[in-house]
Amino acid sequence: MITLSHYLTLGAILFSIGVVGIFLNRKNVIILLMSVELILLAVNMNFVAFSYYLDDLAGQVVVFFVLAVAAAESAIGLALIVVLFRTRATINVDDIQQLKG
Amino acid sequence: MNFAVPNFLPALPEIFLLVSICGVLVVDLFLTDEQRWLTYVLAQFALLLTALAVVFGFSGETVTTFGGMFIGDPLSVLLKVVILLFSTVIFLYSFHYLRAGGQLRGEFFTLALFGILGMMIMVSAHNLLLFYVGLETFSLCLYTLVAYNRDAPKGAEAAVKYFFLGALSSGLLLYGFSLLYGTTGTLSIPEMAAVLTAAGADGSVNPATLFGVVFVVIAIAFKLGLVPFHMWVPDLYEGAPTPVTLYLSTVGKLAALGMAVRLLVDGLGPLFVHWQELLVVLAVLSIALGNLVAIVQTNIKRLLAYSTISHMGFFLLGLLTGTPDGYSAALYYMVVYALTGIAGFGVILLLSRKGFEAERIDDYKGLGRRQPWYAFLMMLVMLSLAGVPPLVGFWAKYSVLMSVISIDMIWLALYALVFSVVGAFYYLRVIKVMFFEESPMVQPVSATADMHWTLTLNALALLGFGLIPGGLLDFCRSVWG
Repeated sequence: MITLSHYLTLGAILFSIGVVGIFLNRKNVIILLMSVELILLAVNMNFVAFSYYLDDLAGQVVVFFVLAVAAAESAIGLALIVVLFRTRATINVDDIQQLKG
Repeated sequence: MNFAVPNFLPALPEIFLLVSICGVLVVDLFLTDEQRWLTYVLAQFALLLTALAVVFGFSGETVTTFGGMFIGDPLSVLLKVVILLFSTVIFLYSFHYLRAGGQLRGEFFTLALFGILGMMIMVSAHNLLLFYVGLETFSLCLYTLVAYNRDAPKGAEAAVKYFFLGALSSGLLLYGFSLLYGTTGTLSIPEMAAVLTAAGADGSVNPATLFGVVFVVIAIAFKLGLVPFHMWVPDLYEGAPTPVTLYLSTVGKLAALGMAVRLLVDGLGPLFVHWQELLVVLAVLSIALGNLVAIVQTNIKRLLAYSTISHMGFFLLGLLTGTPDGYSAALYYMVVYALTGIAGFGVILLLSRKGFEAERIDDYKGLGRRQPWYAFLMMLVMLSLAGVPPLVGFWAKYSVLMSVISIDMIWLALYALVFSVVGAFYYLRVIKVMFFEESPMVQPVSATADMHWTLTLNALALLGFGLIPGGLLDFCRSVWG
């Protein structure tokens, strides 16, 4: 029997992988984009699971909005990566350090 | 199934702004580069008419519409009017800077307007879903604006960094929302507060709810740029084109205030004791790090970035009191900070010209001799940021410190006071460089009349509101009755 806590655990694991991916990744900016998507999908998983177990439709409506926003976000992210590549000829995370943070 | 037509009136300013932006976007398509000023004029009209619609559409009573998703209350009206009016000033400064730099394109105004629309939705949201949509409308426009200057490597780098940290903070916020939704069973902000009050009556709190609160606080800290979630702030300030930095650091912070108040005060108010501790930690760290690191900066935009971090810490001091007086002090602080920031960046924009950004502190050497009036205005800005009476920055600091003292956290007030003295050092250094150091540089400044007078009024307002502090402060107090 799959219970709510199973779904939440899966959501938490996906979310953690996404966050760790953003901070540990030293290679490629595209991987950062994938990590961000993973975080948003983990959130969607949570919302759908809660929505089902609370018997409330609002949670599933949120998922549609999050999906739409995630699509817009990836479009802008990819566009920014193109701009970065045009000016730097690299999308390596280690090379993006002209500003010293 | 019946569909009741919602009351559109409370959202009329937003609807009007959306239609006008679409109009501006279409008109801009048919303009040649010489006619680009028309986009700017239309954008200004859209902002002013929307501000009028906000003021005259508000009856003084709180109304909700769209099934309780959208609220028109004194806070949202005040924030919207301030955001719209400040944006007209920002557009004016930006227009002259962009035109002089040959970077005037219609996208700047349309993207900035869409961002303003997002802010207006955000400060009026009374539902987590609508709130998220407003926040993303605003953030997505900002990511693009930061990379506005496509050929600048620094701009692209700042945009990518801001994008990923911004996306991460949205993800954290949403994760927090999902936990709050799961434990309270509602997305509506007031219903959530009611459920939390009822659940907390016996003193116990669901640990999952607390996790949700922590995620929401972290996301707010990201958006406000508080230590330890501040890494993007200095890079963004330095890398982004100055008009975008101006836009983000002033009206963007006002929107972030709306975010903090809607989520923490309106929604999670019953859990006040839990988020107060987090805010105290964030405020203590931000005030110290912001002021200390600003001392060693040589770039004025980075200096202002670290100064922003410390100012956001001060703003939190008002918020963490949990009293209406504290909230009004925080609101007052933010409005004053935005007004001061606009004047400061206005001077930077004015002194920059094609191929030259007045962004190193050394560029201001001898400004007192070359351009005494603008040096004087910059001095007012720096003194106001440092909190020197009789400028308005003093009253802002005074009111947040008084509200902290009123909840008996005297150590925190003393701590903030000590660091604002440390902070005065680097603001005074800019003044010293302007008036007491010489530079062989000849810097022609060609300000148009409207730029000159707006900037003058903007900076003198700091003095005016400082000499007569009552009006603006009472206005902010009226929000919380």
